[in-house]
Amino acid sequence: MARVFVTVGTTEFDKLVRTVTSTDVLRTLSSRGYREMVLQIGAGKTEPPTGTVEGVAVRWFRSKPSIAEDMAAADLVIGHAGAGTCLEALRAGRALVVVTNTTLMDNHQAELAGRLAADGHLLHCVCETLRDTLAEMDLSQLRPLPPADPTPFAEHLERRLGLR
Amino acid sequence: MALGSDAECGEDCTDNESSLGGGHTSEMLSLAAALDRRRFCPRVYVAAAGDSLSGERALRTEEEDGARLETIPRSRRVGQSWVSSVWTTAVAMLAALRLVFTVRPRLVLANGPGTCVPVCLSALLMKWLLWRPVHVTFVESVCRVRSLSLSGQILYRLADDVIVQWPELLQRYPRALYMGRLV
Repeated sequence: MARVFVTVGTTEFDKLVRTVTSTDVLRTLSSRGYREMVLQIGAGKTEPPTGTVEGVAVRWFRSKPSIAEDMAAADLVIGHAGAGTCLEALRAGRALVVVTNTTLMDNHQAELAGRLAADGHLLHCVCETLRDTLAEMDLSQLRPLPPADPTPFAEHLERRLGLR
Repeated sequence: MALGSDAECGEDCTDNESSLGGGHTSEMLSLAAALDRRRFCPRVYVAAAGDSLSGERALRTEEEDGARLETIPRSRRVGQSWVSSVWTTAVAMLAALRLVFTVRPRLVLANGPGTCVPVCLSALLMKWLLWRPVHVTFVESVCRVRSLSLSGQILYRLADDVIVQWPELLQRYPRALYMGRLV
C-alpha cells in the first residue's frame, strides 16, 4: 500500500497541511495509487482529518525526536523547503516533492530546494501548484542525490594545520 | 587542557588541537565527524545560550572524553531592533573573547548564523594581537546557493578560509573555496 509522508519541520506550515488534505489533492493521490498518508504537522493550528478520505487513510502527529522511520516507510515524501528535510529525504533515497512556503520572507531555504530541483533530485512547487505537480509527476525521472564527501575538507584542514 | 597527541601517526605530542564550533547544529556535527578525532581534539562546541537542544545533540554525538559544550549569549534575535542588537552583540563579543582566550583553540570551525561571528572575531583578534597560531574556517551552510549568509559576508575577508558548498558562489566570491558538497 503506497504511503505518503508529509512533513512541515519544527515550526508550522498550516497552508500545506490544509492543501495536502484537501479533497482535491487526496483524490489526486488516490488516483496515483497512494492509499495512506501520515502527516507531521509541528506547531500548526490546522489539525487534519483522521480516517479515510477519498480512499486515503489519513493520520497525523505533531513531532517526534526522529522522523527517520516515517521517511523510510514512505513511498513519497511531501515536505517544506527546509534544508534538513530536503537532505534527510534525499539521503534516505525517497521521492520528494518540496512545497515552498511563500509567506516566509527572506526565504533562503528555498534556494537549496530550487538548486536540488534544477539537478533533478526533487520536484519543487508551491501550495497552489501542488495538485498539478502530483497529477503530472513522473518519479522515475528523479535522480538520486550523490552522497556528500567531506574527505577533501578534512584533508584541507589537516594541511592547513600542518598535520600532514 | 588535555593534549591531543597522536602517537599512532607519529605526530608531535605537543600538538594541541582544540576546536571550536558554533551554529547550524547538524551541519556542524557532520563536519566535525569528518575530522580525525585523534588529531582534532580536545573539542569544544559553542552554542548560543537558549539553544540547549543543539548543545545536547552535540555532546550526545561526541563520545570522546575531550568534547565539551560552552554557551555564549545570543548576539541577535530575529526581529530585534538595531539599537538593542548593538548591546547584545557587545555582550556576546565579550563572552566570546573570554571563552576563546581561555580555550586558545588551534582551529575554529564555524558555520551558520549569529553565534559564530563573535567567536571567529575573537580568534582572529587572538591571532593578530597575540600572534597565536589559530586557523579560522567558516563553512557556509549548504542552504546558501546564490549568496553568502550575513555571517559569511562578515567573515569573507577576515577568516582564513570561507568554504562554500555550491560552485556557483565562486563567481561572486572568488576568495571562497569549493570542495564539493560536504553535508
